Amino acid sequence: MSLVSVVYKSVFRRSSTFALAIVAGAFGFERIFDPTCDAVFAYINRGKLYDDCKATFAAQGGAEEE
Amino acid sequence: MAALFGRTARQALCRAPNGVCCQQKANFSFKKLSTGKKVGLGLLGATTAGAVSVGAALQYSVSAMDLILHPPHLPWSHSGVLDSLDHASIRRGYYVYKQVCAACHSMDFIAYRELVGVIFDEDEAKAEAAEVMVKDGPDEEGKMFERPGKLSDRFPNPYENEEAAKAANNGALPPDLTYIVKARHGGEDYIFSLLTGYCDPPAGVDIKEGTYFNPYFLGGAISMAQALYNEIIEYEDGTPATQSQLAKDVCTFLKWTSEPEHDIRKRYAIKFFALMALITPLAFWYKRFKWSVVKSRKIVFKKY
Repeated sequence: MSLVSVVYKSVFRRSSTFALAIVAGAFGFERIFDPTCDAVFAYINRGKLYDDCKATFAAQGGAEEE
Repeated sequence: MAALFGRTARQALCRAPNGVCCQQKANFSFKKLSTGKKVGLGLLGATTAGAVSVGAALQYSVSAMDLILHPPHLPWSHSGVLDSLDHASIRRGYYVYKQVCAACHSMDFIAYRELVGVIFDEDEAKAEAAEVMVKDGPDEEGKMFERPGKLSDRFPNPYENEEAAKAANNGALPPDLTYIVKARHGGEDYIFSLLTGYCDPPAGVDIKEGTYFNPYFLGGAISMAQALYNEIIEYEDGTPATQSQLAKDVCTFLKWTSEPEHDIRKRYAIKFFALMALITPLAFWYKRFKWSVVKSRKIVFKKY
C-alpha cells in the first residue's frame, strides 16, 4: 500500500477527517509561512527597521538625558 | 426517455448546417480591388494614421506653466518594492521637523502615540509629548487650561487658525505637512529638490519682496525662505548635519507621516508574492487537469 493510498484512506476519504486536515493544515502553514516571510523582510531591510535601531536609539536617549 | 431526448438534442445541435457557413466569406476581399483602389485605400490609411499622430503630438505641446524644473528621481532607501523606510532616518527627520519646520508648518493628523514603535519607545514618546503644552478644558469653572501633552495628543499647531498663519507669513499659508508627500507631484523627490534647490533668480526674472526664487516651485517664486542650511541642528547620533542630509531625513519623515502603513504594506507584499508563487503553478496545473478530459475526448458521430 503506497503512501498516497494510506493518506487517502485515513484522511481524505471521510469528510470529517478531511475538514480537520484542512484546518490543521491551514494552522501549520500559517505558523511556517508567516515567520518565514517576516524573516525575509527583516533580512532585506536589516539595519533599517525599528527593531534594528532600538539599541542605538536607547543609547542616544540616555546620552541626551545625562 | 432522457436518453432519447439527449440523442435528439445532440443530433439537432451537432449537425453541420449544409452550405450556410461558407457563404459570407467571399463578400469582401482586397484581392478583387484594382491597383488604383488599393493605392487609394493605402493612402487613406496612412493619412488617417498621420493625422491621429499629429493630433496626439499636439496634445503634449509645451505651455508656459510647464516651465518648471522637474525633480530628478533620487535613490531613496525605501524606493524598492520590498524596501522599508529607514527608521534611523525617520527619527533624525522628526528632529529636523520639530526644530525647523514646526515653527511655521502644522502637522494636524499625527499623534504622539503613532511614534511609538516607529522612532520612539513608549517612555521616550511620553517624554516627547510632555514637552509641549496642550490647551484642554473646560474645567469645573468653565475655563480652558493648559496641560502637558499626552500620547493621545496630536502635534501642536504653531498658529491658532489659518488666518493667523497667513497674517504671520506675508499672506501665504504654510501647508499642513502630514500628507504633503502624497499631495505634491514628485513626492519626496520634489520636497527634497525644493528644500535644497534655492538659488539666485536668473537674469530677467523679477522676484517680489517677501518671496524667494526656487526653480522647482511652480511659478518660481515661493513664499518660504530657504530653511535648511549646513549644521543648523546637531544630530544626536553624530550624523553630519549637512543641508542635503537634513533634507533627506525630513523627506523620509514626511514620507512616513504620509504613509504610516508603508512598512506593513511591503511586509504583506512579500507574503503576497510568495503565496502567488505557490498558487499560480497550482492553478495552471489544476486547469490542465480539469480540461484534459475535454481536450482529449473524441466524438464519434454515427448514423442510425
